[in-house]
Amino acid sequence: MAITSIKNLKEFSTNNDRFEGAHLLCPGCAHSMIVRELMNCTDDNLVIASNTGCLEVSTAVYPYTSWDTSWIHIGFENAATAASCAEAMYKARKKKGTLPDADAPVKFVAFGGDGSTYDIGFQWLSGAMERGHDFTYICLDNENYANTGGQRSSATPVGAHTSTAQAGSHSYGKKQKKKDMVAIMAAHGAPYVAQLAPNKWKSMAKGFQKALETEGPCFINTVSACTTEWKFDPKDTIHITDLATDSLMFPVYEIIDGHELNILYRPKNIIKVEDYLGSQGRYRHLFKPQNKHIIERIQKDIDEKWALLQRREEARI
Amino acid sequence: MAKEFELNEVEVWDGNYAASQALRQAQIDVVAAYPITPSTPIVEGYGAYVANGYVDGEFVMVESEHGAMSGCVGAAAAGGRVATATSSQGFALMTEVLYQASGMRLPIVMTVVNRALASPLNVRGDHSDMYLGRDSGWIQIDAFNAQEAYDLALCAFRIGEHLDVRLPVMMHQDGFTTSHKAQNVYPLKDSIAYEFIGKYIPVDDMLDFSRPVTHGAQTEEDWHYEHKAKQHKALMDSRTVIDDVFADFKELTGREYKRVESYMMEDAEVALVLLGSSVETAVLAAKQLREEEGLKVGVVAPRCFRPFPYDLVRDALDVSSLKAVCCLDKSAPGGAMGALFNEVSAAAYSTKARPMMTNYVYGLGGRDFAVDEAKRIMKEQKAHADAGHITTDIQQFSGLRGPKLGFFKTRRD
Ligand SMILES: Cc1ncc(C[n+]2csc(CCOP(=O)(O)OP(=O)(O)O)c2C)c(N)n1
Ligand code: SF4
Ligand SMILES: [Mg+2]
Repeated sequence: MAITSIKNLKEFSTNNDRFEGAHLLCPGCAHSMIVRELMNCTDDNLVIASNTGCLEVSTAVYPYTSWDTSWIHIGFENAATAASCAEAMYKARKKKGTLPDADAPVKFVAFGGDGSTYDIGFQWLSGAMERGHDFTYICLDNENYANTGGQRSSATPVGAHTSTAQAGSHSYGKKQKKKDMVAIMAAHGAPYVAQLAPNKWKSMAKGFQKALETEGPCFINTVSACTTEWKFDPKDTIHITDLATDSLMFPVYEIIDGHELNILYRPKNIIKVEDYLGSQGRYRHLFKPQNKHIIERIQKDIDEKWALLQRREEARI
Repeated sequence: MAKEFELNEVEVWDGNYAASQALRQAQIDVVAAYPITPSTPIVEGYGAYVANGYVDGEFVMVESEHGAMSGCVGAAAAGGRVATATSSQGFALMTEVLYQASGMRLPIVMTVVNRALASPLNVRGDHSDMYLGRDSGWIQIDAFNAQEAYDLALCAFRIGEHLDVRLPVMMHQDGFTTSHKAQNVYPLKDSIAYEFIGKYIPVDDMLDFSRPVTHGAQTEEDWHYEHKAKQHKALMDSRTVIDDVFADFKELTGREYKRVESYMMEDAEVALVLLGSSVETAVLAAKQLREEEGLKVGVVAPRCFRPFPYDLVRDALDVSSLKAVCCLDKSAPGGAMGALFNEVSAAAYSTKARPMMTNYVYGLGGRDFAVDEAKRIMKEQKAHADAGHITTDIQQFSGLRGPKLGFFKTRRD
């Protein structure tokens, strides 16, 4: 049974402590906030699979583990397959009566970074979604390969500096647009797809609960601010995430059954993307005169996307 | 409950169907698979059992072989019996996860219907895929015909799932020559087969929440080495478990298997060492040469490719009359001697007889290997024996068109 009362953050944050504070993630890393929110929003037993990446290398270093629940890591690309086939095993054993506790509800969750989700694990994720397993895939989207020192991924936004799409005298950073993973997952016919942010913790917890309760494969993209690669002060993680959601760089919304789009957070004062970009070292070069047009392009893309999301919400398509 | 499958005392099955029947009888909880020639019929056969109520586990048709092995790992960690099948390119695509499966000590059973690796693309049988798996930490057992493919698949579950082993097992058979050749197969009744395999015993079960487990942890220079050494020990020690399971199987069926099969070695002067369906060809050739020319030829066939049976290969070759041994490798050697040559030479070096060792590459991409060619190679060994030194290059190619290929000369004359 999911926890229904999530009124108080303090209470919520210490509920069901199944993810230990002892881990090797950078101070200020949003990955751990998101993972804790997931694990605190339900009382059900959890089987968690993680792709290779910061979360995995920081939480299961033998002989220690931060996971006080069942957890598995195989490789960089296949957490969706691990979770979905663990779910298949659950079904088989339930049928055959070989589960240690047949009545206890179990939820299957896979975590992947944007590198594993948008790039190398794309096929595995797509396969698991298509097969219709009852599981939830959560992408910790920090828009780069953080674990290996900050290389570009197909989730890296236009203009960001990464070590393999560098800003320099002849380059403004990444040239290609971010892949729209939420739309791709919705197009799989997934019953629940969302983009959530840990600063909007209530909508995030509710979104997680919905995904866990919905039968079938659900996908959630979460913005996960990375202090090391985005280059901001570790104490500012939530502040940076506020700027991300208030500038609509990361709109918070859900799509039910592939078509019913609901905007879950509507900023009272939409801020200019400049304020978001200016808060992080990875965008510093955009403020040089020759790159001003890139900031304009980013703003234009954001405005168009926001208009589209609103139109879709209204039209229910 | 799954329906019982009515079986005759003798069935006419090919290797693929024999393997799929063994999987059915093992009452696997999850099969995660992807089709590829020539192993596709195993997966299709299993699909038919699912569709008709002969198994009650889950059948997950994934999007690739990498996905198939990943699914097997995830499912196995969730505490049940898991199996799959593949060949060639599919096997190659799985490689990353093969190492992860064995490192995570998950007793998955995989039937590998051996096929050449591209390029050039080729669907016929050779041992390239089997050789690709040789450092992956899996137990590798080789069936030479359809009956063996059935029998040994039943044994594979017992071996891999044994609490002292807990390692994944590959069951090999040759593409087409075994997988698509129908022959008489004597199956066990469902209940007897299942009783032989036994119930699955979960270890570090992800669905047992009274004891949370972390699978697939990170280790660096502090612990990785110890893990790998321990895994190697488990693999080496699995030899006694394999022997015990084969002994039990013999008691049940009368059919005897050994980690190394040897034929007519007691008084052999020359011998061939090889794997797979060619073993029957070599044995036939040896018998004929003994009858026709009184040539004392023997044949040695490691049934267990991993753990490599150095002990029993050495025993088989430790015959005082033995002068020359030729190892036949059905895989492109890629700039080295064939793997079988290397392993067998290592074992032979510590025999008293220390026979002369040569290597033939043969049968690549399904090139036929017939009795006459086996005889020719045997006679060539006899020429080495008579001369007292290797009279040819150490590595040669059998059945190859164009100019003769040979590499490396002996200094032992
Ligand atoms: C098959 C394979 N290719 C490459 C790597 C190297 N690698 C490990 S983690 C990683 C990047 C992870 O990025 P992401 O998925 O975004 O997770 P993050 O660390 O940013 O949370 C890379 C490139 C690997 N482990 N396996
Ligand atoms: S590098 Fe970034 S994602 Fe990785 S642990 Fe540090 S803050 Fe978190
Ligand atoms: Mg990332």
